[in-house]
Amino acid sequence: MSKAILYDATLCVGCKLCEQACAEKNQLAYDDRIAAEQVQSEHKFTVVLSKDDKFMRRLCMNCNEPACASVCPVGALEKTPLGPVAYDAYKCMGCRYCMAACPFGVPKYEWNNVLTPKVQKCTMCSDRVQAGKVTACTEACPTGATKFGEREELLEEAKKRIRENPTTYVNHVFGESEVGGTSVLLLSSVPFETFGYPTNLVRDPLPLYTYRVLSRIPDFVPLGGVLLGGIWWITHRREEVAEAEGKKKENGGVR
Amino acid sequence: MKIKFTFWKLIFLAIMAIGAYGTYVRFFHGLGPSTNLSDQFPWGIWIGFDVLCGVMLAAGGFTLTAAVHIFNIKKLEPIVRPTVLTAFMGYLLVSVALVFDLGRPYNIWHPLVMRNPHSVMFEVAMCVMLYTTVLSLEFSPIVLERFKMEKPLRIIRGVLVPLVIVGVLLSTLHQSSLGTMYLIMPNKLHPFWYSPLLPAFFFISAIAVGLAMTIFESSLSSKYFKKQLELPILQLLGRVLIVVMAVYMILRFEDLFHRDMLGQIVNPGAHAYERNLFLLEVGLLIAGFVMLCFKKIRMTPGGLYLSAVLVLLGFVTNRLNVSITGMEAQAGVRYLPKWTEIGVTAAFVAAGFAIFGLAAKYLPIFEEEHGHSALESASKQAAKPEAAIGHAAGD
Repeated sequence: MSKAILYDATLCVGCKLCEQACAEKNQLAYDDRIAAEQVQSEHKFTVVLSKDDKFMRRLCMNCNEPACASVCPVGALEKTPLGPVAYDAYKCMGCRYCMAACPFGVPKYEWNNVLTPKVQKCTMCSDRVQAGKVTACTEACPTGATKFGEREELLEEAKKRIRENPTTYVNHVFGESEVGGTSVLLLSSVPFETFGYPTNLVRDPLPLYTYRVLSRIPDFVPLGGVLLGGIWWITHRREEVAEAEGKKKENGGVR
Repeated sequence: MKIKFTFWKLIFLAIMAIGAYGTYVRFFHGLGPSTNLSDQFPWGIWIGFDVLCGVMLAAGGFTLTAAVHIFNIKKLEPIVRPTVLTAFMGYLLVSVALVFDLGRPYNIWHPLVMRNPHSVMFEVAMCVMLYTTVLSLEFSPIVLERFKMEKPLRIIRGVLVPLVIVGVLLSTLHQSSLGTMYLIMPNKLHPFWYSPLLPAFFFISAIAVGLAMTIFESSLSSKYFKKQLELPILQLLGRVLIVVMAVYMILRFEDLFHRDMLGQIVNPGAHAYERNLFLLEVGLLIAGFVMLCFKKIRMTPGGLYLSAVLVLLGFVTNRLNVSITGMEAQAGVRYLPKWTEIGVTAAFVAAGFAIFGLAAKYLPIFEEEHGHSALESASKQAAKPEAAIGHAAGD
């Protein structure tokens, strides 16, 4: 079964312990200066945004059908059966199509790394989840704002929370159906665009948009080949006939 | 040896020097210091111009080989060689340009073994690689002739028609796929350019650019190599270009109409920036198209040349709009290339002109092909023995 993270912004107190745990887990530097940064970056995979007295986390949504993994020519990004979208830097050739394709703008790049730049993003603690543990951010969360579990169950719970407190929440579980659903589900008391979440997302999984075209290629190749070969045959045949007839006339129809 | 420094040679050397320094910054300080790219804007002109426009400008190769060897338009034969040279050089330059843009260029071979068939980029990579191989074979007779290597020459001529067919198929696939690449960004690319028809637009415009580029390059060659201009040939290309442009423009505006975008052209609201660059693109295309439609303009070398240049500029603007202008609003940043990016790109363009010039000087590019009739009959021989026998008997 597929795992997921449910983040309920109304329970968040903005302590940023998730940020710190994430940095430790991914062996990234973390200090007051970095804690104050309000953007995801190649050294900060998750960020707790704050606006007035509201909070919102940003992290990789770990889409059910991720655009990044679909576009990667070498399969360096991969949706694991458990839910996390993992990254293998060894395969990566640095084309950055994943960054261009991600609807949430999540993958970040080590622009100043000269020889071995990596794409950096939250991988939903792929290795920990594989080992049966919860993500580092979930473990660190003191209020239960970040919760880890089965996606189906968390989705039910999110809907239940909205049902029981319809005045508290925006009536929308972000991630339920955006780009075909994501492994990170969000609840909020203010509209999601307040914190920069895109609202113009399609409901279909994004890989479908390119696969609809790509899947035609195996049919196209023999068809196109025969068509071109046929055109060649016709255009040159006409010429041969003309030539042969010309010869006949020259020889007075003997030959 | 005495080297004469003409004005153009000095310009060329200056561009190459800037390009060389840009290359140094790129490979010794990394992508960050050498580009204005950012996490919000991961693709700049090294993708938008060097790759997208580079592949597009090299489309003459498949257009002209198809016209001559498949559609049997014999009249176009004399310009196939320079066009194939342009295409071959274009693809080689695109491949080198990719090395600049890739973060880990030493892994450029990975798509060969780590295949992801769901990735458009994977398909483009394979097609470009295979097509560059095809082009090298299509180009090889020129070199083989120069060194009088008869045997390999006969083999190449024997497989020429299947080779051309494979080349046209591969080109159709990757020219359109460069448009397909953007289909996965429906919420990122501005609706002036995002359309389900992107693959068709990229393919049709590649044909148009293939024709326009051939006119452009033949006109320049005739000027600089003091070669007789094959005006009737170029006029024929101009005529075909009118039809291709008409198909493209109609399809483009039908698409805008069906997606309710025509209103936004008149009344862009907050999207004036996108609208203006859209108008620049379409304006250039329409100007080139209208000029071609006037017979008086089309039939003069200068008029034909100018219309071809307008068409080329229009489609270059289109590719830059798709890859840069159209992505800025959603990214929330404005992207302008850094001097290093421009320097390296300019060096590629200059290298293109220089290589073409050298090849034209030392290889039989423009020579009336003495192998021409032999080539024709040899390719027939391979495919239809009985026809060849009749042919030989008739000689």
